Amino acid sequence: MPTHITVKGLSLYYRDNCVLKNLTLDIERNEIFTIIGPANSGKSSFLQTLNRLNDLHAGFRKTGSVTLDGDDIDGIEVETLRARVGIVFALPFPLPMSIFDNITYGPRMHGERQKKVLADLVEQSLREAYLWDEVKDRLHQPAMQLSGGQQQRLCIARVLAGQPEVILFDEPTSGLDPISTARVEETMLILRDRYTIVLVTNNVAQAARVGSRTAFFLMGELVEVGETKNVFTRPTDSRTDEYVTGKFG
Amino acid sequence: MNVRTQQRIAISVLFTCTVLVVLPVLLILAIITYKGAPALSWEFLSAMPEGGMNAGGIFPAILGTLYLVGGAILVAVPLGVLSAIYLVEYSKDNAVSRLIKLAIVNLAGVPSVVYGLFGLGIFVIFFGFGVSILSGSLTLGIMILPVIITASREALESVPRSFRMVSFSLGASRWQTIRYAVLPHALPGILTGTILGLGRASGETAPILFTVAAFYLPTLPESVFDQTMALPYHLYVISTQVPGIHEEIRYGTALVLLLLVLILNLAAIILRYQFRKKKRW
Repeated sequence: MPTHITVKGLSLYYRDNCVLKNLTLDIERNEIFTIIGPANSGKSSFLQTLNRLNDLHAGFRKTGSVTLDGDDIDGIEVETLRARVGIVFALPFPLPMSIFDNITYGPRMHGERQKKVLADLVEQSLREAYLWDEVKDRLHQPAMQLSGGQQQRLCIARVLAGQPEVILFDEPTSGLDPISTARVEETMLILRDRYTIVLVTNNVAQAARVGSRTAFFLMGELVEVGETKNVFTRPTDSRTDEYVTGKFG
Repeated sequence: MNVRTQQRIAISVLFTCTVLVVLPVLLILAIITYKGAPALSWEFLSAMPEGGMNAGGIFPAILGTLYLVGGAILVAVPLGVLSAIYLVEYSKDNAVSRLIKLAIVNLAGVPSVVYGLFGLGIFVIFFGFGVSILSGSLTLGIMILPVIITASREALESVPRSFRMVSFSLGASRWQTIRYAVLPHALPGILTGTILGLGRASGETAPILFTVAAFYLPTLPESVFDQTMALPYHLYVISTQVPGIHEEIRYGTALVLLLLVLILNLAAIILRYQFRKKKRW
């Protein structure tokens, strides 16, 4: 499969604190690239570098390069980059507006005004996120009335409405019950056919279930990266073995 | 003295102090209402003063206060809200922004008579606006600026960070994020602060003393360069400067001013309450 995102010699700092050291890896098109590792291993910081959300933090800086389809992400207009690389956060954060307005938020910010186009976009993205049947009769009610699992799928639909190429998931099921978690995982597996997915998760079993390839981060360093099944069954590094079998973490 | 007795003494002292705080408010309201209510009538609110201000109404003073408060809001709201947006959403935490915040806090502590002198020096004399509604509005506007900036900053800061994160993550620019994800949710708080500023502006005498207020005018003001009568100053005049004004006219004027401020503050409280009830995060 062709490479979609190339990371070369990437180091991340908050003020003088280095949270990710000299990372080099490729993310392929239409794979679910999962990143596992204990807290403070730099997973989320890496993820939020891919759409430059980190730039909003005072004192953040990076060295090295990240390219998306061969273009350096710092050379892409940041609003465009964030539409191309969407993110689903750990907690569902619906904006305090209707379901419809939540989903059309991104497209409206990028200048889409036509009612028909927006309505089609809403239906299409809700269907893709497997939420359409549950909410089609109450699109104009506040999104905050939905249950936690529905809210998270709404957030996925909201990202899809921006017609991204890459979707970042930052521990998307850490606040959900097992059934909602299963639905989000199923959704990810189906979305893989059309999008490149990068999933950061604290849940090692989840990485094993949905991952194409898996990277193990520890204390800001990449310990190991490879086919998910290899990482879980025949890790090359003893620290990976200890982490995936639950000896620490 | 045993523990129980100590306890009882402590409670009664604390209770007495608390009652003493409420007492002046109740007394002011009671006395002014008792003595001023007989003067209240449609004529009192809508007629020009007559007979050396000892008869007729106080319409020019009411109108003048409304003009001044309206003018002050026109000056202070855009300036205050926009600078609050800059401070909260754009400025970085550095020496300059800390200096600006310090300046705003200090501005709130400046005595109102100093604003009056400042307005006289700057607007009346230096800019040559004369003793006019324009000068008075600008002076009052600057006086309530800290109230509006502080309330707006608090309102903006109380909007959850996650709204901004989500908005940015969906590809909105910083201004779009402020406009669509932050400002709508800060608006009620900003409005509350504005109304409190209004209440403050309508009751102050010192800032308008040298900049706009007229002792007595036979006609209503026709442009922003005219002088006007105003309630607080009118009250001062008929209470201390003109002998022999009927007591009920004095208290009636005080009652009208009090009601005006009371209504404004009440509106702010109701608004805030409605907002809290509707808030869902």
